[in-house]
Amino acid sequence: MRALLWRDIRIGIRAGGGALIGVLFFLTVVAVVPFGVGPDLNLLSRIGPAILWIGALLAALLGLDRLFQGDREDGTLDLLLMQEHPLALTVLIKCLAHWVVSGLPLVAASPLLGLFMNVEPLAIGATTLTLLVGTPAVTFIGAVGAAVAVALPRGGLLVSILVLPLAIPILVFGVSAAYAAVEDPAPFLPPFLILTAITLLFSVIGPVAAAAALRASTD
Amino acid sequence: MRLVAENLGASRGGDPVFSGLSFSLAAGEALIVTGPNGVGKSTLLRVIAGLLRADTGLIALERDHGAEAGVLAENSHYLGHRNGMKRELTVSENLDFWQTFMVMEGDAARMPVADACAVLNLDHVLHLPYGYLSAGQQRRIAMARLLLSHRRLWILDEPTAALDLAAEEAFAGMVNRHLDDGGLAVIATHQPLAIARQATLSMRARAQDEGALS
Amino acid sequence: MSESSLSVTRVGDLANPTRFIAFVGRVLPVLAGVTALLFAVGLVMSFLAPEDYQQGATIRIMFVHVPAAWLSMMCYTVMTASAIGTLVWRHPLADVSARAAAPIGAIFTVLALLTGSLWGKPMWGTWWVWDARLTSVFVLLLMYLGLIALNRAMDDPSKSARVSAILILVGFINIPIIKFSVDWWNTLHQPASVVRLDGPTIHASMLYPLLVMALAFTVLFFTLHMAAMRNEILRRRVAALRRQAARGR
Repeated sequence: MRALLWRDIRIGIRAGGGALIGVLFFLTVVAVVPFGVGPDLNLLSRIGPAILWIGALLAALLGLDRLFQGDREDGTLDLLLMQEHPLALTVLIKCLAHWVVSGLPLVAASPLLGLFMNVEPLAIGATTLTLLVGTPAVTFIGAVGAAVAVALPRGGLLVSILVLPLAIPILVFGVSAAYAAVEDPAPFLPPFLILTAITLLFSVIGPVAAAAALRASTD
Repeated sequence: MRLVAENLGASRGGDPVFSGLSFSLAAGEALIVTGPNGVGKSTLLRVIAGLLRADTGLIALERDHGAEAGVLAENSHYLGHRNGMKRELTVSENLDFWQTFMVMEGDAARMPVADACAVLNLDHVLHLPYGYLSAGQQRRIAMARLLLSHRRLWILDEPTAALDLAAEEAFAGMVNRHLDDGGLAVIATHQPLAIARQATLSMRARAQDEGALS
Repeated sequence: MSESSLSVTRVGDLANPTRFIAFVGRVLPVLAGVTALLFAVGLVMSFLAPEDYQQGATIRIMFVHVPAAWLSMMCYTVMTASAIGTLVWRHPLADVSARAAAPIGAIFTVLALLTGSLWGKPMWGTWWVWDARLTSVFVLLLMYLGLIALNRAMDDPSKSARVSAILILVGFINIPIIKFSVDWWNTLHQPASVVRLDGPTIHASMLYPLLVMALAFTVLFFTLHMAAMRNEILRRRVAALRRQAARGR
């Protein structure tokens, strides 16, 4: 299993695609927002955490369709399906590797983009922390969409359409925890803990459902 | 050890491909599956590998006294049309991964990656990215995967399609050694292979059957 | 090696759906008649119901809106039950049922949103508010549309059945979480000043027309669902025949 983790991370880094393109997309989306709403720094700092979250969510969805497709195209998926390891565990490991390659860079880039949006330091910290906890949930639930659409030639857009409604809770609690850190009356901990709970729940639902979908879609 | 299939039937995309297929294969024997394109050879091999569900019948690896000998898929090596190797990784990274991933703890029988490549005369490409190799070399590396861990049944789909004569001989020798060790093999192929103990299963196209339409 | 006829399993597969089609042929006219009757009674009762002292005649929108919203949720429940049928028993009709229900559910959801919007304009002075209820129903619509898009993208029912069943189930597990998060989000961003669509109490003069209309919508759903299932079965047969013709058999 550790071998699978390292292999997938290595492929992600070496292909040079995944991580870099996701972060670039994140950067571009966030950079486009001021052109839309105007360069008012007060407004930007107010909506900053929300923009960071939406940008990260979209960027995380961007590379999801490749989660299993590469393995399917070169026949690796057949061999993964035949092994003794529980398939759900294999999927979980693949999700983790995918997150390390494409989700973690988003988390790492978010403080810098927060500065661009004139977000105050505490809110930057809170946003980064919620992204760190929340983006794995996007990958886990996204794995279901990726597995469902693995057999489709142009599944990329479909994956986003299928996954976004399911990812709404992650966005809601991620953003409200990020705001709660700076807005006084709202407590930070409850939404943050709920976000953590969602991540843990999705880490079970996602791989189990994705494994079932992969088994069902072999041909 | 026997591979036993009884009344096996499978379909693809809702259409039946074959049905009522029965055979029995003893340890040390290879089953050569022949027949025209589209007759269901690949489907049969994928059913044996557990990648497709059979509509009817069953297939299992049985011990001599009839008890089932473990899950079929976990005791098999499957070499399909696609090689299951990553272009971005080097040959040795690819093979190292499959060896670590496929060999469960306690399994003694395994062959070092370099030795497996030497069997197929490819020990000089270990450090190269897999994507740099020619189609025939890529296929031979995929074959080397079969040697990395010991599994009783080899399921091979058109294994020699891209190979030259020398590689074909090396491959036949590899299969023969596997059979000598008491292994089994099911091979779909169009080319005659120099394999010692082989039984042939020739699949035929189905006759016209208008009754199915009504 | 032996190979026997392919026709045996094929006809065996269709035997059950064939009986189902005959059954639909007998039941559908009756159901359609009952639907028409219930709607006639329900609509008359709706128009005879007294006007609300605050909302006036616009309250009558409720008699369409509430049943439609209710059905939008029931339809997903039917799809979930069908998905379980596909995954556990691999019953061919279960997948047909799930596939046929998705567009109907989407239509009822659209109806609920449209009537809600029409009702909202005179009540709130705007066509749309990001009220917790409206938002949840809107997310439900997105899920329906995603499932329909998936069904359209996968043309081979034998492959897509289990896959879409898994997605339906995951969606069903997620609905309470989404509902909870939308409620949370709503209380965070909006003071509870929005007029609730349904008060805590409802007078009997309004309750009875509402119940009759709810029943009418429910029977309408089953009528449409059965007809759609029959169409889906026939569509699959046509596809199977075409594939066989393509192979020249």
